[in-house]
Amino acid sequence: MTRSEPLMEAAGVGHIYAGGQVGCEDVSFRLYPGEVLGIVGESGSGKSTLLSCLAGALEPSSGQVKFDVGRQGLRDVFQLSEPERRLLMRTEWGIVRQNPRDGLRMSVSAGGNVGERLMAVGERHYGQIRDQALDWLGRVEIAADRVDHLPRTFSGGMQQRVQIARILVSRPRLVFMDEPTGGLDVSVQARLLDLLRGLVRDLGVAAVVVTHDLAVVRLLSDRLMVMRHGRVVEHGLTDRVLDDPQHPYSQLLVSSVLQA
Amino acid sequence: MTAEPMLTVNGLAKTFVLHTQNGVRLPVFANVDFSVAAGQCLALTGPSGAGKSTLLRSLYANYLPSDGQIMVRHRGRMLDLASAEPRQQLEVRRETIGFVSQFLRVIPRIPAEVIVAEAAIAGGASPEDALAAARELLRRLNLPERLWSVPPATFSGGEQQRVNIARGLIRPFPVLLLDEPTASLDPVNRRGAVDLILAAKAAGAAVVAICHDEDVRAEIADMTFDVSSYKAAA
Ligand SMILES: Nc1ncnc2c1ncn2[C@@H]1O[C@H](COP(=O)(O)OP(=O)(O)OP(=O)(O)O)[C@@H](O)[C@H]1O
Ligand SMILES: [Mg+2]
Repeated sequence: MTRSEPLMEAAGVGHIYAGGQVGCEDVSFRLYPGEVLGIVGESGSGKSTLLSCLAGALEPSSGQVKFDVGRQGLRDVFQLSEPERRLLMRTEWGIVRQNPRDGLRMSVSAGGNVGERLMAVGERHYGQIRDQALDWLGRVEIAADRVDHLPRTFSGGMQQRVQIARILVSRPRLVFMDEPTGGLDVSVQARLLDLLRGLVRDLGVAAVVVTHDLAVVRLLSDRLMVMRHGRVVEHGLTDRVLDDPQHPYSQLLVSSVLQA
Repeated sequence: MTAEPMLTVNGLAKTFVLHTQNGVRLPVFANVDFSVAAGQCLALTGPSGAGKSTLLRSLYANYLPSDGQIMVRHRGRMLDLASAEPRQQLEVRRETIGFVSQFLRVIPRIPAEVIVAEAAIAGGASPEDALAAARELLRRLNLPERLWSVPPATFSGGEQQRVNIARGLIRPFPVLLLDEPTASLDPVNRRGAVDLILAAKAAGAAVVAICHDEDVRAEIADMTFDVSSYKAAA
């Protein structure tokens, strides 16, 4: 159950933008298999910069991001060769983008979007690809008669669910999510959140979830980091941080919302 | 005293510091010491606002103590929950300490029986076994069968509380923390809940409970602890 090898480690991760603007600074944590880490903070607090560094998209100006590549132990993600890193992103990681348009191919059907990802990890049997794509779209509650339609004809909530199916179909060990319920109306958000919660539990996938919505982390994450001005000001069990916040900024954040 | 201690609290203190209110300090308790053995039940007493729930939540690592230790027997050895890593705290919650809160935190769209079953699944039960156990418990707590597949958001206080109790007691946790488990129940339903708590004790659970109802307290508790006499100086 509780494996002692971390899946990912961030050690003093910082990023300073070209203009001298601090993106994030000195962020350290370990993530274990199946754990969900939430990151909250106001806009501009460095959440998305940190997520880009963690997901290998932006090279940190200080510190290291390490991942248990191929279950061979922790390796610095930015020291991998380009093909190695691409393989890692395709097979072991998944990234749920805030805007589903950035995570989907809009000119390919919903089923194609999911099947494509399976082909990218080496699945070749057409019938199996089709079956798995259908199965996954069903799990994210996309009706079978919509499978051959283009995502462009879907609502935002449906697009987001297709994106999630596309990512989870290849069974990644770690999923990054940036505001997974952002931009959706409240009832659609709630439904998506239930779905994500169930999927994360059933699959035992680890996740890093960035959001400004405390209700999202309350439901999804085991542990929570609160960021302000690029730094982590508080880190602990999610319900502890939300119910008994210690740092003045965490208290302000929690008291500014109605009952997360 | 022959049974081994399951939970031992040493010098526990809690003061809230409200930074959004000019840093005002709210001392709740200090120098709290007690020990609870397997099969024993300690009842926390004191008037409203004395800090009973604050103490109980601290024992679950839901509140951060200002000082002191919370030694809990976990995987055969004593671990200080107060200073443990979040990851260990999660493991303790998964395997050792169960909690029934004062109110159910409703998760939208999830049916009552699934909320209860999930607690068993988290402990390693198969989904089928977990659902069967959940239904059995809800039956023993007299929750009408037609409500089992309904999300508890629309339930009455007493109905929600029974879901809460079922969720907390579905697994044989070695340590059980109960915050007003029977407060909103009528006598018949209270009987069902008390029987379950007594069964958990008989099975070896160390219990810390808050209950205003004196009859219930007399029936389940072996010792009492008055939180208001541990008021910290302001
Ligand atoms: N998260 C919190 N942040 C700040 N203060 C809190 C918090 N939780 C409790 N308190 C304060 O701690 C004190 C003790 O409250 P607590 O809820 O523990 O009392 P109680 O003995 O359980 O009361 P009751 O019998 O009414 O349930 C109160 O003054 C309360 O306002
Ligand atoms: Mg209380």
